[in-house]
This record gives sequence, C-alpha cells and structure tokens, in this order.
Amino acid sequence: MNKFAKQISLAALLAASALVPARLAFADTPTNGGDIIVTYKDDIATLDPAIGYDWQNWSMINALFSRLVDYKPGTTELGPSLADSYDVSDDGKVYTFKLHPGVKFTNGRAVTAADVKWSIERAVNPKTQGPGAGFFHSIVGADKMTAGTADTMEGITAIDDHTVKFTLSQPDATFLNVLALNFASVVPKEAVEAAGGDFGKHPVGSGAFTLKEWTIGQRLVFVKNPDYFIKDRPHVDSFTIEVGQEPLVALLRLQKGEVDIAGDGIPPAKYLEMKKSPEFEGMIVDRQQLETSYVTLNTQVKPFDNAKVRQAVNMAINKDRIVRIINGRATPASQVLPPLMPGYDQNYKGYAYDPEKAKALLAEAGLKDGFSTQIYTSNTDPQPRITQAIQQDLAAIGVKAEIKAVANPNVIAAGGTQGQAPMVWSGGLGWIADFPDPSDFYGPILGCGSAVAGGWNWSWYCNKDIDARAQAADAMPVPAKAEERNKAWAQIFTDIQTNDAPWIPVFNERRVVAKSKRMGGPDEIYIDPTRVIDYEAIYVNK
Amino acid sequence: MAFFLARRLVQAVLILLGVAAITFLLLYFLPADPAVLIAGRSATPQMVAAIRHELGLDQPLVMQFLRYVGNLLHGDLGRSYTQKTEVLPLILARLPATLVLMAAGIVVEVALGLTFGIIAAVRRGGFIDRSVMMLSFVGVSSPQFVVALLLLYVFAATLGWFPMSGFGTARHVVLPALTLGVLGAGWYARMVRSAMIEVLRQDYVRTAHAKGLSGRRVVLGHALPNALLPIIAMVGIDIGQFMSGVVVVEAVYGWPGIGQLAWQAIQQVDVPIIMGVTLVSALAIVLGNLLADFVAPFVDPRIRSQ
Repeated sequence: MNKFAKQISLAALLAASALVPARLAFADTPTNGGDIIVTYKDDIATLDPAIGYDWQNWSMINALFSRLVDYKPGTTELGPSLADSYDVSDDGKVYTFKLHPGVKFTNGRAVTAADVKWSIERAVNPKTQGPGAGFFHSIVGADKMTAGTADTMEGITAIDDHTVKFTLSQPDATFLNVLALNFASVVPKEAVEAAGGDFGKHPVGSGAFTLKEWTIGQRLVFVKNPDYFIKDRPHVDSFTIEVGQEPLVALLRLQKGEVDIAGDGIPPAKYLEMKKSPEFEGMIVDRQQLETSYVTLNTQVKPFDNAKVRQAVNMAINKDRIVRIINGRATPASQVLPPLMPGYDQNYKGYAYDPEKAKALLAEAGLKDGFSTQIYTSNTDPQPRITQAIQQDLAAIGVKAEIKAVANPNVIAAGGTQGQAPMVWSGGLGWIADFPDPSDFYGPILGCGSAVAGGWNWSWYCNKDIDARAQAADAMPVPAKAEERNKAWAQIFTDIQTNDAPWIPVFNERRVVAKSKRMGGPDEIYIDPTRVIDYEAIYVNK
Repeated sequence: MAFFLARRLVQAVLILLGVAAITFLLLYFLPADPAVLIAGRSATPQMVAAIRHELGLDQPLVMQFLRYVGNLLHGDLGRSYTQKTEVLPLILARLPATLVLMAAGIVVEVALGLTFGIIAAVRRGGFIDRSVMMLSFVGVSSPQFVVALLLLYVFAATLGWFPMSGFGTARHVVLPALTLGVLGAGWYARMVRSAMIEVLRQDYVRTAHAKGLSGRRVVLGHALPNALLPIIAMVGIDIGQFMSGVVVVEAVYGWPGIGQLAWQAIQQVDVPIIMGVTLVSALAIVLGNLLADFVAPFVDPRIRSQ
C-alpha cells in the first residue's frame, strides 16, 4: 500500500467550503438559525437511502445520512466526510478508509466500520429491492450478492472499529464517486430492523438533520442534528417539506412570503413572465445541471442500422427552435456529455443543422425518398410539443415519423424492448448524472452491457472497440491520472458521435428553483450538481 | 326489506371482486415492468430478475391474483413498490381528508342546488328562474381545474379570506368544497326545479293552497318532501362522481387525500397502491348506493310499503 493517494484532512475541507460563498461579492458569511418551508407537488416516496432515487428525496436523504466521502457544497469535487482519510493500493484495487472518531448515529450509538459494511451490503442485496445495487458491481462478491447466492460481500472488511477495507475485482476510477452516492449512506442495523421494513418512513442516520415528524400527505419536518460531526453545519434550525402543493399555488405563496423554496420550480408557461418581472428579482435560481436530453436512434432497427441515416437525422434537427419551445430554459447540445461534466469537449461542434446535407446523406444511403418511422415520447407537457417540432424537422428531409406519446413507464418499457422503438425522445426521462463522472453517461446508456431487455440503452448501441476503450479509461487510477482519463473519455464520446451517431443530442436543460428573498448563499447550493438542494449549506439572511 | 338489503350486500361483494379482477388484469397487461422501474438505470438483467422474483411477479397471473385476493381477505392490501411500505396505512392516513372533502362538497351542492332549484321553480319563467338556470349551466360546464384556480386566485391569493392550500381548519375546507360542489349544484338546481314544477302542479298542492296555508308552508312542507326522492338517489351516485373529482381538487388545493395518492401511484405504476385506491373507491361507491337505497324508505313511505 503506498501513500501516493492523498491524505485529506477535515480542516482542509472546511476551509475550502467556507470559500465557496466568499467568492460572490453579495454573499456574506452564513448566519445560523431559522426555520424554512419548502414545497413539492408529489409525496416523498421514501427516505431509505438504499431505495430513494428521485430528484425530490435525493437531497433530503443526503441531509439525513452521512457517507465515507462527500462532495464539497455546490461543486463536483470530492472530499472526506465520515472517513478522515483513505489509501489506495498501487493496482487501484484496494481502498482503505479511516473513520472520523466519535461520530454517532442520532440514536446515540457510535458509527463503526461494521456499520459501513452492513449498510452497503444492504443496498446491494436484492431483498432490499433498491435501485442502487448496480453501482457497487466492482466490489468483490457483489455479483454473488445480486444473484441472491450470498448474504455478505467478501470484498468489504471491517478491520477494526475505525478501519474499513474495500477490495475491487477490477480498478474502478469512479469508486469514490460511488461511495459518495446516497446508496452508500451508513445506517444503524438495529434501527433498520426495528422499523420492520419501514425504515424509509423511520430513518435514523448520522447526517446533518433528523426527521422529527412525517404526516403522510402533508408535511415532513427535519430538525438540525445538534451532534453533527461537521462543525458549524447545518445553518438552518429546521426545514419543513410541505407536499401536495400545486406549483402555481406554491409560487403565489412564495410571493406572499409563506414559502421559502418552491421545489418544483416554475411551470414553463410562467417562466418568461417571472424571469422578466422585477418583483421576482433575486428569487429565481436558474442553473445548468448534469443533464442531456436526446433522441435515441435504434441501431438495430431499419433504416437506423445504417450510420449514414443516423448522421442525416442528426443534421435535420433545428435545436435552436426546440429550445425556444421551452422558453429558452436549455442550451442546444452538440454531444452526449453536458458542459459541466469532466470530459466535455468544448471544441466539438457535432452535427450542424443542415437539412440539405441531411437529404444528400439520406440519398447516399439509398433513401432518396425518405422513410417512415416512429418516435416515442412521454405524454406530459412540454414533451409532445417538442416531439412535434422534431417530427416537422424530420418531415423536411422526407422522414415521416409517427408520434407515440405514452406515460413515462411505457416509454421506458418501449425503449428497453429489443426492436420496438426506432426513436425515443428522452425528455422528462432524460439522463441526469448520478455522479459527476463521464463514465456514468456511457455504461448504463451506451455500453454493450446495457443493450439488453429492460436496459436503458435505447439505441441498442454496442461497439466492442469503444467498450474496450471505456474499460481502459475506467481502470486509470484517479486522481493520479484524472487529466488523462478525462481526455480519454472526451475522445470516446466524440468518436461515438462522429462515427456512429446513436443519439441526436438535443439540449442540456437547466434547472429552475424559486426561493424567497431571505434565503442566503450562492445559487450553486440551491441547484447543487450532486445534491439538488444542499440543505446543509443553505442559510437564512438575518 | 331485509331480503332486499341482503341481496344488495351480496351484490356489493361481487362488484368489489369484479373490480379487483378487472383492475388486476388491466395492470398486468400494461406494457410497463415495475421491476425495471424499481431496479433503476444501473441494474443488470439479473438484478431485475431478482427483484421481479422478490415481488412475486415471476409467478403465473392466476397465482398472483389468488394470492392478492387471499391477502385481501385478511385485510392486507400489500406493499407499495416505490414507497416500500404497507398500502393500507397509506390509504387510511389519507382517507379521512377525502371523506371530509366529499361530505363538505355534498353539503355545498345540496344546499345550493335545493335553494336555487326551489326559487327557480316557484318563480318559473321569470327573470330569477332564467338567471338561475343560466348560472347552473355555467356551473355544470366549468372545468374543475379552472374553477379551483379562479376561486383560489380571488378568495385566497387576492382577498386573503381563506388559506391558499393545506388542511386542518374549517377555513381550509371552504374553497375545495365550493369547487367540488358547484358543479353538482348546477345539476341539482335543474333537477329540483323540474321535480318541484311537477309536484306543484299536483292536486294536493292546490288543496293546500285552497285551505289557506302560507306559500312557504306549501312549498317546503308539502311539495319539497315529494321532490326529494330523486335527490337522495343522486347523492348516492355522486359519491362515485366525487371520487374522480377529488383528484383534481386535491391536487390544486394541496388537500392530503387519496386522490393525490392515486395520481402519483399511476404515474409510477405502483400497482399495489393503484389496486388499493381503486378498491377503496369502489367500496365507497357501493356503500354510497347502499346508503341511498337504505335511506329512501324513510323518506318515502311508498317504498316502505312495497
């Protein structure tokens, strides 16, 4: 075991995070105290970190639990959290973490290395029925666990109360990102068992907040954990989530000062009006996120099995016009990766809008007179309208696309059925990164392993060469070769798009959140790239 | 009478079983696999298969249905796929809010409908009659979503008389109940009006007038009770109507009832919750009709004597 891997101290993290707000001229030091109200339309499904996987509960679970490593607020930079330090072996296969001493669950018991092992095994166990199991595939024994033939994973060892060791079956540059996911949150076994399968409603963790009240269908009250192991955090005393709130009503209440954060943002129809109104100045947070909305072109369905046809339709789409349809809440996309993602290639221009060239390419492919096809889309606004724009653009080059507007689960089912959906518009189901690493945009949506029934590779794209290059990139040790690795990924994604064009990347949608004027702190903690809302970092101006 | 009620009870159980079977079949043939949705985007086919097995979805349809009905007889509605918690407590926690809303909605529609219907009948053909019928037409044709937002904007956001959303006090219930009731009130007004006009033509009403009773006593004491019967049957049917209406009203006013629960579950293909809410709604409709059948004899002696 060598020491090239960094030893990172908690002090450094705190110093760094304190600098985040200081960068902005208007922001002052966070003040402590205050109770805030946040609204959502939909119920909170669960607060179980092994199960919760939507953009609503993600930030709440993040605030209730802690993980070995975590991101610095508002950034995609990893830092220590429950673990003070870690070592990586030379071959990149063994990670050893030292736990921060004296951390307690909110039930009073000390957090130990055995809890870390048990919690991750629980997330992988198919009995838990969690959506995060796949992320831990590189740990030795994960395959047996997911197959249901083992109850424990030999790749995780609690060496003593404060040391936990992970052994991987292959080097995995994203492993630290995986450990920062909510699914890797540490939970106390006794509380999970006491909840009798209802841990999602009775969560116990060691995070910045605890759940004080949950009135089903009405509200959840989270209060500050006074024993939280990160000093001076969180800043607010409590936050209350009010559910069942229609987004338009939430905005009216926000205007009257009854609400601090309208979690569902601003309905598209109201967006421009509010953005221009002086009354809402300083209340709208509008930021890029790690998202790309795209059309998949099914490489196994005629005529999209011909790369020329895929390139041609890529040139047919007027992305600027589509962005106007959603009132400019997005930026046209040229490639698979979103701009905030490491590995994004600023110089890559993709396929420019050029219907004439598209027609020529189609003719080259022997489809001078165009062809008929289908495009699947979610049936909630604005997705059908966007699909109609795509349909018109395609018609201009002689491609007749029939729109199949169905409910989200049915779009997912159609995309994951071999030979069914020639094209799928991903809007409303778009790929938002699980963690800020380019590999997340490959394996689950473009890799050979995901071109399976029920998978999310709706292009059914499988290029063995690219797969090998992806594997090589992921074996590069991080952070030692981070730069080189990002370059390798950038090349992989631009090569995919230039040669094979399995997608039409259409736009990168921005997220919009509306907050009251008294809420302080920089925009990036209200639309945090990994947490959505960072409850630990937000504060109320006094 | 007892035989009649017993027969209706047996019918009710059969209806519920039928509803369960049809809903189960519809959801089974839906082209969406709950296991895929639960397993998430990082899952391998093996993981999806493991979850399908955990949910019992790898068993034949008949077995799945029999097991569901078996559990149902023990009062077990199963566990939600997405919330990983028992369905029954989720529904029970939300049911009181929906019942309060429905009851308030019925009070509103009956009160408004009776008042305006009677006035219109008495002043038949006059200005008031025509205005009431016009208004009732507007009420019947207004989309609930629009009525809800309009009331909310005027009385809560602008005037501030009522809270904009939530649940708990009597003031919270006013706007949702008005929204729910105003549509029905239109129907009731029209129905009461025609029933009353019919009754007011009868000989015994003329007799009542002739023996010198005041107009008010003739209308309220003699004519109205005879016009009430169709109203009672309609309230029973209305409970079913309201079950669909509450979805919209609950959504706009943030009312924590089962309508919201159903809507969210449908979007997530959370089969156990959809089944549970459907069964509870069916039960409410069946009970509503039973109640109407049961009350009718007390109001109308003619039915009692049959």
